[in-house]
Amino acid sequence: MGEFAYVAPRSVADAVGVLQDHANNGRRAQVLAGGTDLLVQLRGLDKAPRTIVDVKKIEETNRLDIGGDEIYIGAAIPSAILNENEELKSLLPGLIESADLIGSTQIQGRASLGGNLCNSSPAADTIPAMIADRGICVIAGSGGEREVPVEDFCTGVGTNVMTGDEFLLGLKFPRPPANTGDAYLRFIPRTEMDIAVAGAGVSVTLDGSGTCTAARVGIGAVAPTPLLVADAAAALVGTTVDDEALAAAGAACSAAASPITDKRGTVEYRRKVVAVLCRRAGAIARDRALAA
Amino acid sequence: MSKMHIRTTINGDQVDFLGSPQQSLLDALRDEVGKLGTKEGCGTGDCGACSVIVDGRLVCSCLMLAAEAEGAEITTIEGIAEGDGLHPIQEKFLEHAALQCGVCTPGFIVATKALLDRNPDPDERTIRYWLAGNLCRCTGYDKIVRAVQDAAQELAHEA
Repeated sequence: MGEFAYVAPRSVADAVGVLQDHANNGRRAQVLAGGTDLLVQLRGLDKAPRTIVDVKKIEETNRLDIGGDEIYIGAAIPSAILNENEELKSLLPGLIESADLIGSTQIQGRASLGGNLCNSSPAADTIPAMIADRGICVIAGSGGEREVPVEDFCTGVGTNVMTGDEFLLGLKFPRPPANTGDAYLRFIPRTEMDIAVAGAGVSVTLDGSGTCTAARVGIGAVAPTPLLVADAAAALVGTTVDDEALAAAGAACSAAASPITDKRGTVEYRRKVVAVLCRRAGAIARDRALAA
Repeated sequence: MSKMHIRTTINGDQVDFLGSPQQSLLDALRDEVGKLGTKEGCGTGDCGACSVIVDGRLVCSCLMLAAEAEGAEITTIEGIAEGDGLHPIQEKFLEHAALQCGVCTPGFIVATKALLDRNPDPDERTIRYWLAGNLCRCTGYDKIVRAVQDAAQELAHEA
C-alpha cells in the first residue's frame, strides 16, 4: 500500500509529468477538479491511498474564451461561474441549464463540466447537452494534446478514453450560428437535486423560413454511456421541428436507448420517458432558435 | 504519513496548520484548527451542515480537501458575528425560533450570509432555492425562510 499525497501542479507539463511518473511506476494517481464526486468516493467506496493531482491551479483548466468561431470552457470551472456568465448563457442556454441542474448552491460552487464528464456516469446531466452542442474534449497527455468528440469520450459506466498519463484540459464548442437553439431536460421524481432517470439534449439550427438545417440529439441515463442519436437529428432536419418531426425524433431516442431497470425506473419507463424529453427539449430548442 | 503545511486566512486571521493530504477541510477545521462551529452532517455534500465560504463561494467543507484551501480566505460560523454581539442573521434565527437541535444552524447561517452578501433583497423563491442544499430535520423550513427575510430587511435598514 502506498501513501496518500496531494499535488497541485501549475502547468500542463508538470501535471502530465506527475501522471506519467505514476503510470510508469504502477502508482495510482487521480485527477481532482471540483471534488464533488472524488471526495465522496474517498470517504466511501474507494479509500485506497493514491496521489491526488489537483488541476485547478493550471491556467488552461480555468480559462473561459468566447470567441467568434469557438467557445472554450476550462475543465475545472465551477458551474456557478458558468451560470453567472450572461454571454455564455445566451449562447448555450441548454448547456448551462444542464450544469445548473446538478446539486445545491454549495455543489455549484465547486462542480465542473470537466468533472461531470470525467466521472463518466451514464446519468451525468451535462454530457447529453455537450453532445447536442457538438462539444470536443481537449485532452493533454505525454503525447501532447488530442481532441475527442464528447460522444466518443465515455466508454462504459465510469470509464472513458483517457489513459493514465492524460487529463482533460477543457471543452470546445463551435459558436452556435444564427437561429440556433439548444435545450436539455431530464426527468427526476422530485423537483431538484436528484439523479436523472432519463435525459435529453437537443440543438437545432433553422433557416430564415424556420426549416431545420442542422440538429443534434444526445440522451443520457438510458444506456451504459450517454449517446449521440443521429437518427433523432435526421428526423428533425428538413422539417419545421413540428409535432410530427419531434415525435419521430423521440421514437428514434427510444429505439437507440438500451436502459436498465433499477430503483429509478424500469427499462420500459425509461424508453418512453426519453422520447418525451427529446420532444419537449426539441420544442424548447426550436423556440429558442426562432427567438435567436 | 507526511503532513502538509497549509496556510489559510480564517475569519480574517492568518491560520497555518498541518493536515494530511486526504483530509477534508471540514476535518481540518474541527481537528487541526479547533473551529468546532462547523458541523459534520452527512459528509457527502448532501446536507450543508458543514457550509463555509471559501474565496467568496459557499461550499461544503466536507467536499474539499484541506490542501485545496492553501492560500484561501475562509469564513466559518465563528466569523459571522462581529465582536461580542450576534450578527443580525443570528439574531433573527433566534427571534423566529428557526432552529431546534441546532446542528444544521451554522450551515444555514453561513449559507444565508453568502446569499445576502450577493443578493441583499432575495425573494422567497430565491431564498428557498439557495438554501436547498441545507437540510433541517427539526424545524421545517418556513421559520428559517422567515428569519432570512427578516434579516435581509434588518440589514437593508442598517445599511
